[in-house]
Amino acid sequence: MINTTPVRKSITVDADQKRAFDFFTARHATWWPSTYHIGSSDYEAAVIEPFAGGRWFERGVDGAEADWGKVLVWEPPERLVLAWQITPDFQFDPELVTEIEVRFEPIGPNQTRVDLEHRYFDRFGERAAEMRAIFDSGGVPGAPQGWAGILREFAAAVTHPRAR
Amino acid sequence: MMQPSATDALFDALGDGTRRAILEQLRAGPLPVVEITRRLPVGRPAVSQHLKVLKEAGLVSAQQDGTRRRYQLDPAGITAVRAWLDGLWGQALDAYKTAVEQDRVS
Repeated sequence: MINTTPVRKSITVDADQKRAFDFFTARHATWWPSTYHIGSSDYEAAVIEPFAGGRWFERGVDGAEADWGKVLVWEPPERLVLAWQITPDFQFDPELVTEIEVRFEPIGPNQTRVDLEHRYFDRFGERAAEMRAIFDSGGVPGAPQGWAGILREFAAAVTHPRAR
Repeated sequence: MMQPSATDALFDALGDGTRRAILEQLRAGPLPVVEITRRLPVGRPAVSQHLKVLKEAGLVSAQQDGTRRRYQLDPAGITAVRAWLDGLWGQALDAYKTAVEQDRVS
């Protein structure tokens, strides 16, 4: 059975709601795990433009930009919806729209719960034929991780759990 | 941390050398159980059991081909990409929490 239920993650941070939202967006580059990027040059920064319709993209050290998606809903300091438009072969596709909704809920004077939901995975399925080709080929040359890479990563994580 | 079961099933499925070997064999295309068994140093009942686990994790699917069942890698692979994104967001939010809280202190 194929699981297309949303990915949901929650975390509580010691920051008020406004700071939590601002840090998530305006300072996106400071916390984004730098290994997760699709550009051909080394990752320098990730940017969320602060308005509905804004771009969500990465900038490489050489200044080249690569789109990840866009801002669908911009409601500071409560809510943010981003479109993730990266295919499983790590290409930007304007036709693909999966959604990431992030809600910032104050739970104390200096505490905010951040709920993230990444949904509509079934839309990846519409590209099944291409994905199958990638799977069979063991990955796309130059892509950071093809399917085989993903499987290897999982396997390595299971076989050699990181000590932390 | 909601929805742990699917990711757990995937990690469990991949946490076994024989199952990873089966996935490797299937990368070239669909195979019947007998052919998978012939390529691996384990018996058919064991292979069938491993295939059941891989199927439940959404990594392979089965199709009937005449009298034989052939197994193939899940063509959509949504389960794997979903689990990958699950890991990405878990790591990203942890890093976000660390960054926002360190910023307050400094």
